[in-house]
Amino acid sequence: MTCTEFLAQLDEMLDQDAAIPLRADLQEHLRTCEHCEITLNTTRKTIQIYRSHELYELPDDLRERLHKAILAKCRKC
Amino acid sequence: MAAFEKLVRQYDRQVFRIAQHIVQNREDAEDVVQDAFLKAYEKLDQFQGNSKFYTWLVRIAVNESLMRLRKRRTGRMVSIDEDVETEEGSMPRDLADWSPDPEALYGQSEMADILRRTIQGLPPGFRVVFVLRDVEGLSTEETAETLGLSIPAVKSRLLRARLQLRERLSRYFKKRSGGRAREKQAQGGVK
Repeated sequence: MTCTEFLAQLDEMLDQDAAIPLRADLQEHLRTCEHCEITLNTTRKTIQIYRSHELYELPDDLRERLHKAILAKCRKC
Repeated sequence: MAAFEKLVRQYDRQVFRIAQHIVQNREDAEDVVQDAFLKAYEKLDQFQGNSKFYTWLVRIAVNESLMRLRKRRTGRMVSIDEDVETEEGSMPRDLADWSPDPEALYGQSEMADILRRTIQGLPPGFRVVFVLRDVEGLSTEETAETLGLSIPAVKSRLLRARLQLRERLSRYFKKRSGGRAREKQAQGGVK
């Protein structure tokens, strides 16, 4: 398996849904290719970091203001 | 109305987050939240029970967000197909490994700034796929349905979005032979 072929299957590795025979080929490639191992691990970390950080919180005061505005508009419909 | 109010409370944070990711502007995101819920309320009778209410609402919010983005760019067309033909991100270039705990290198607010700046650099069509799939946790099928894209198109954009983000974050997180981590350690700043 080449790095390009591995990369084409990267999502299957990340999403853990690769079919088992393919997974064995991918694991074999990983054992011999440090670059692809780094790409897999750091891409996985990228997703984890974005999942675990709330980048756009909705503050309570704004939330209440939006609720009032939404419900007032809906009542006028 | 009470049932709808419950739906607003249940999904407002997600809609706000998605809108912010697309429009990148708080005022516009506030407008999107209002318009999306209002539109959902007006069209409740058109809601088909075969898709989840949440994905239906997200579709409305994404469309509203893209319209806002278009207005802000003074009429220039913005669609989820914009700039997606770039080849950037197809093949990783920066192959340096990351620090074992990159989050320890930065404080909470600095990290949030880095993450916001980095994702804002993606074309909207990649950004929205990454946000729906990886941040909001929609399935590939739900993301495709929400955005009106084919499943292969979602998969292709997701892969490229992930690789581009990884590449861009590498400049902050890669292993250094001293550098920032050591500086922070010296200041007693490592978490």
